[in-house]
Amino acid sequence: MKVRLLFFAGLREQLGSAGEEIELPAGVTTLAGIREHLRARGGNYEKVFSGKALVRMALNQEMAQPAAPVKPGDEVAFFPPVTGG
Amino acid sequence: MKVSVQREDFDAGAEMRALSRDPKVGAVASFVGVVREVSMTLEHYAGMTEREIGKIVEEAGSRWQVMDCTVIHRYGELEPTDQIVLVAVASAHRADAFAACEFIMDYLKTRAPFWKKEQAAEGARWVEARASDDRAADRWRQEKPDAA
Repeated sequence: MKVRLLFFAGLREQLGSAGEEIELPAGVTTLAGIREHLRARGGNYEKVFSGKALVRMALNQEMAQPAAPVKPGDEVAFFPPVTGG
Repeated sequence: MKVSVQREDFDAGAEMRALSRDPKVGAVASFVGVVREVSMTLEHYAGMTEREIGKIVEEAGSRWQVMDCTVIHRYGELEPTDQIVLVAVASAHRADAFAACEFIMDYLKTRAPFWKKEQAAEGARWVEARASDDRAADRWRQEKPDAA
């Protein structure tokens, strides 16, 4: 299935990408699965998505937990803890 | 209710006057966040930001008597003394206006997808989230107001 990924703030800079359309391999069906899939790319992706890094996730513009299931066409965002206000 | 995420500055006085036009309003409480000491760039997640703030305002309305409310948050390049955020709440009485205003601000800081990048002397750096902000938001879970 195809989903849209978005990266913000420090994550966006470390990855050198604001986002991408991605075709997920069969078996990748949750936010945690996507995170692991990205981490496995190695390099900066490994650094950003390793277990140690604080990464927040949103699914279709709502804060979401790692176990949240994704469906084709979803918008999935990864970002650091927020610091507005 | 007004929620605006914008580059432009705002006129807090005009926004507050607009909230007190209804003769039933007896109190308008407000908070203005200002850039302190260093220049910064504020990034946000367009679309999600407005939705999150809308949800926070809705939650405030379910806890206190909120007759009207305005939240304005800026993004982009900001300089010291620039205004960043305005939260203004209109109610019949001050207790509800004060509480709702503080609640919205505390939740906004931990839930609305904004990120600050400060321009320090040693270079630009992303501001790290603070545990004290999480605690400020968490205390509203224990402090549910009495049923109105």
